[in-house]
Amino acid sequence: MAAAVGAAEGGLKKILILERLPRLGGILNQCIHLGFGLTYFKEEMTGTEYAARYKKMVYERDIEARTSCFVHTITPQKEITFVCADGEYTVSAKHIVMATGCRERTREMLTVPGTRPAGIFTAGLAQEMVNIYGVMPGKEVVVIGSGDIGLIMARRMTLEGATVHAVLEILDHLSGLIRNKVQCLDDFGIPLYLQHEPLEIIGRDRVEAIRYRNNQTGEHKILPCDTVLFSVGLIPEQDLLIDAGIEPGNGIHLVGNADYIHDYVDAVTREAEKLGRLLA
Amino acid sequence: MRKPSEVKVVIIGGGIVGTSLAYELAKYQLEAVLIEKEAELSFGVSKSNSGIVHTGFQDDPSSLKAQLAVRGNQLYREMAKLLDFPFIPTGELVVAFPGEREQIEHIRENGERLGIPRLEIVEGAWIREHEPNLSTEIECALLGPTAAVINPYEVIYAMAENAASNGVTINCSNEVTALERESDCWAVRTSESEYKAHYVINAAGLSADTISQMAGIPAPRIIPWKGEEFILDRHADRLTQSIIFPVPQKETKGILVIPTVDGNTMIGPTAEEIDDKDDITTSEAGKKKVLRSIQRIVPCVREDQIIASFSGLRPAIAENEFYIREERDGFVNIVGIKSPGLTAAPAIAEYVVQMLAKKMKLSPRKGYIATRSAIPRFRHLSSDERNRLIREDPGYGEVVCRCELVTKSEIREAIKRGARTLDGVKFRTRSQMGRCHGAFCTMKIMEIMAEELGVTYDQITKRGRGSELVMESHELKAL
Repeated sequence: MAAAVGAAEGGLKKILILERLPRLGGILNQCIHLGFGLTYFKEEMTGTEYAARYKKMVYERDIEARTSCFVHTITPQKEITFVCADGEYTVSAKHIVMATGCRERTREMLTVPGTRPAGIFTAGLAQEMVNIYGVMPGKEVVVIGSGDIGLIMARRMTLEGATVHAVLEILDHLSGLIRNKVQCLDDFGIPLYLQHEPLEIIGRDRVEAIRYRNNQTGEHKILPCDTVLFSVGLIPEQDLLIDAGIEPGNGIHLVGNADYIHDYVDAVTREAEKLGRLLA
Repeated sequence: MRKPSEVKVVIIGGGIVGTSLAYELAKYQLEAVLIEKEAELSFGVSKSNSGIVHTGFQDDPSSLKAQLAVRGNQLYREMAKLLDFPFIPTGELVVAFPGEREQIEHIRENGERLGIPRLEIVEGAWIREHEPNLSTEIECALLGPTAAVINPYEVIYAMAENAASNGVTINCSNEVTALERESDCWAVRTSESEYKAHYVINAAGLSADTISQMAGIPAPRIIPWKGEEFILDRHADRLTQSIIFPVPQKETKGILVIPTVDGNTMIGPTAEEIDDKDDITTSEAGKKKVLRSIQRIVPCVREDQIIASFSGLRPAIAENEFYIREERDGFVNIVGIKSPGLTAAPAIAEYVVQMLAKKMKLSPRKGYIATRSAIPRFRHLSSDERNRLIREDPGYGEVVCRCELVTKSEIREAIKRGARTLDGVKFRTRSQMGRCHGAFCTMKIMEIMAEELGVTYDQITKRGRGSELVMESHELKAL
């Protein structure tokens, strides 16, 4: 949205936003916690509000935005093919801005040994469950990794009545923001264990426990739980380019978390607006 | 208690063997029921099978298992066309390092004795040209062009859909609790229902020994053999064109490189005798072992290319042979169907039906439907075909699983054809199998399932009772 707004500000007329979900805003829509907009809008708001505020800016500029449109192919000639409920279409553009965000690393990527029961989710999926669908992924929770979404979900799950037993981090330092550790863990008495490595997921049908090792002392522990949330890093979503064997450049641009992982949406917004203006 | 249903045949077990039997029996005018204790077909042993249709040359040519494997290989070719499932004729190579030439020559002789066509020993230069990723230390290899890969669960669902369209009843979540001989039939009691049957076919995989005991019939004890497998990212170029085997070990065919139907490469399996029929854990040690063995054959494989791992159990018995026999009073045991069980399954079904034909008159089913068509795979269609589908049903224009490009209507169709769990949807559509491992699509699929099945979110499971995904539903319906 910010790249489109930037481009419109710069005077560009023909802009099209293609969004796969039924509404604009992407992952912001499930971020109902505070901490957004402090530098850009100079006020603190939730991700959902931030998205709404920005959506208004898009509509005010008469930018064409098509939702529920899934882009599955782009070519070096800058043709974009997408699918929606009325068919498959190909459009071509002078510039393509890939504002595709990122995806979460998963348990499978870490190849944590053990079983594959229900109850293992990425923190982002758990966030969608609780905040969008109003369902609880579990009651006795362990978070693996101290990324921001994991910290935020530790608090969110606690507020919804679950017990978060621990956040395990393999590194010797926090991965997410200090602010989130203070507000999401410390304020709720949730322990953060640094240099702790998950060794095995236990449970046949549903998670029953996790076995981990304190890498400083070598001590093993089994912690009973019914849910394991993974917050172990984000990967820029560049698969459209990788699949097509295209490098960015020549009118194909990566922006925001699709380029590299940012801490603040405000910074993403600024970058994208700047890019948009440059393209105009 | 409901009145027992009277049928001619009860098949116990909805894995590849039981479902092959349902498919084979559906060709005849008789009433048959297949019962499976898991929530869906294939959820026991079969779902974790490597998916190889073997040539059949790796077993003793005088054994029943080798003969059934050779026959099964032929049957799959015809079935793939009738039942519309992918059958990729990759061929296989048994690679020989210096000093192992004699062993592959011996395997070739065995294969030729079984009548396996076009076996050939290829030399280093051929290997370098056709399989450039193989180690340059490999001296020669036995080429078996008739080997192929399939998706075990896809084949099971295809056969089951065909059998059901011909009137065979398929009941999942039905665990056998008692088997009793009555004056002229078997009473089969399950957790859900009761059947009176003239014939009982025990194809219960890991539980085949227990089922036989319930009927008061001694059978060989099942010894689970665990195998761990690892799947490499699709971005990693297809490593090999054909299935690559080392020269066989005493108990197993060794650790392999398998180009899968879906375009990934799979490496494994390990082989480890265990006690616990529920132990499907993967381990760090298993991963190391597989990587070490594979790197000897394909040196460029890297640990960080692994995107998924799983393990499965083979229902082995002490003797290295299938145990298939009519015991007494129409009770048929099919026990110890480990490798090449998947390959042999259609031939096992044919063999058992021939056995039954000696006891009862089998007449061809009237109005038999020979074919079945697969769920359209949006990903594999041309733009024209996609647009035609979307015009008929706009749900084909709604992408639910972005990694594998699976649409809403494919998921709906999977549910219509029997998917009741997230894994069932996964196996039928490939949704949740891509690089996000379901992080983006799980809830969207659950939403469709809730809609289609008329259930709440907390009733939806990953693979059956006990594997519910969410703990409570506030019933705030989405969006």
